[in-house]
Amino acid sequence: MIEIDGITKRYDGTAVVDNVTMTIAPRTVTVIVGTSGSGKTTLLRMINRLVEPSAGAIRLDGEDNRVMPGFELRRRIGYAIQGHGLFPHRTVAQNIATVPALLGWNKARIDAKVAELLALFQLDPAIFAARFPHELSGGQQQRVGVARALAAEPKVLLMDEPFGALDPIIRAKAQADLLDIQKLLKTTIVLVTHDMDEAFHLADKIAVMDKGELVQYGTPAELVTNPATEFVQTLIGASERPFRLLSIETAGQAVEPGTAEGQPVAAETSQRDVLSELLWTGRGALPVAAADGTLLGKVTLEGLARRAAKPQ
Amino acid sequence: MRVLAPSLLRAALLAILIAFLVSPGWFEPLLKPLVQDNAPAIYNQGSLLTLTLLHLRIVAIATMGAVIVAVTLAILVTRSFGAEFLPLSRSLVNVGQTFPPVAVLALAVPALGFGEKPTLVALFLYGLLPIFENTLTGLTTLSPSVMEAARGAGMTDRQRLFKVELPLAMPVILAGIRLSVVISLATATIGSTVAAKTLGEVIIAGLQSNNIAFVLQGGLIVGALAVLIYDGLSAIERAMARRVGMGRQTN
Repeated sequence: MIEIDGITKRYDGTAVVDNVTMTIAPRTVTVIVGTSGSGKTTLLRMINRLVEPSAGAIRLDGEDNRVMPGFELRRRIGYAIQGHGLFPHRTVAQNIATVPALLGWNKARIDAKVAELLALFQLDPAIFAARFPHELSGGQQQRVGVARALAAEPKVLLMDEPFGALDPIIRAKAQADLLDIQKLLKTTIVLVTHDMDEAFHLADKIAVMDKGELVQYGTPAELVTNPATEFVQTLIGASERPFRLLSIETAGQAVEPGTAEGQPVAAETSQRDVLSELLWTGRGALPVAAADGTLLGKVTLEGLARRAAKPQ
Repeated sequence: MRVLAPSLLRAALLAILIAFLVSPGWFEPLLKPLVQDNAPAIYNQGSLLTLTLLHLRIVAIATMGAVIVAVTLAILVTRSFGAEFLPLSRSLVNVGQTFPPVAVLALAVPALGFGEKPTLVALFLYGLLPIFENTLTGLTTLSPSVMEAARGAGMTDRQRLFKVELPLAMPVILAGIRLSVVISLATATIGSTVAAKTLGEVIIAGLQSNNIAFVLQGGLIVGALAVLIYDGLSAIERAMARRVGMGRQTN
């Protein structure tokens, strides 16, 4: 659990982050959104003390993050950034081993961890371990960057626009992989982005920052149905509201009893993508299948339309 | 062929240089036409090989001193606590470069006496600037995202310096050292005006006795050394830059 308590950062008297208080539940994905200059990155960097706050406190599992030196704190918190920041003079394996080596793990344990993470991120150790970062594609570099952040098994992973430098196709894959890995490792993730689609795709809870203030902190559905300010409304986009609602939940959550004609959609597909499929194929309903192939029921156009409507 | 030719040329140059230093007599017929009838064509007041080694030794010692001082200084002024000394150290090092080596010799002789010492001082001062400037450039143009990642991973200031900053700046620092070595190789010859044992002795002897062959062989040995050392250091630099990858450009 991360408790942010009245945290403020001032540069030359101007508050970049102004008295922000929020609690981040363990094993969840929290996305901080806002325009550039909203203070979202500064807020993130105060969690691992790359920026020291002017006032307030941050507690990790009840313990103030200032009880230990900054560098020790940072070894316990994963940190992944835009443009990956891989060390160009070190191999992929050495990059991933950065924090374990700083912590003094023995070689066998480091090697095992590097192999495990490479496999987890779908990079064949035999091919990639000895390569240098400039020999990798953008998507591979990004995956190594996240693998490096996770190498010392941190409970908390901070990510600053981690997918910002990727092209759209690779970005969607990277987001899906991140969710899978989060489910597997149960890491608490705090991610900063300015991309609302990314926020709605990834977040359990979204924090909206505007001019240094936290203007709303809630689930994606709350933000859509009950935006706290004009700014939140604009950020979400009035015309996007029904689609945002649909993008939060999966087909499995909209299943109705019965059967339908056509190619079954996977239960974990977002409702937004199912709607798109229904509209494109011109059907009124599609069957839904679980991961093992068993049919769960159907999703209908009317059902989705009800779900996309403003809650009464 | 295009890749091979320069390496062959260098190997040939090295072979000729070694042959000339070990057995200058072989080359006498080539130099004979340049001198008057009774004058010697090959330097005869000492061994060319010994002078070359002494010449290299002076350059090596002066460069090592300059590397230690210039790199340390550049590291200090790029730390947060030393930033305010950056302009001061820049002007100090610049003065070292603009002061003519001959003037340094003239000033150093009364204090240090004749011989190697004033030459070492002059070469040391003269070699500081390129190394200092290049180390500064190397340390201040590192990719911000790499530096951010190093901090975010929990490296201490010292770990960042030795594990990230210096290795990444190394090709640029080496380029500075290379420049400094080549300047020193040429400048060391004037050390012989204050009785330092360098190849300058051969040139000065040639000037005094109007012996073009002496001047030529002294100058050519220094020139060949400079070319070979320059190439050797360039090769090391390229290998290091390859290892450091394209990180510098892409981030």
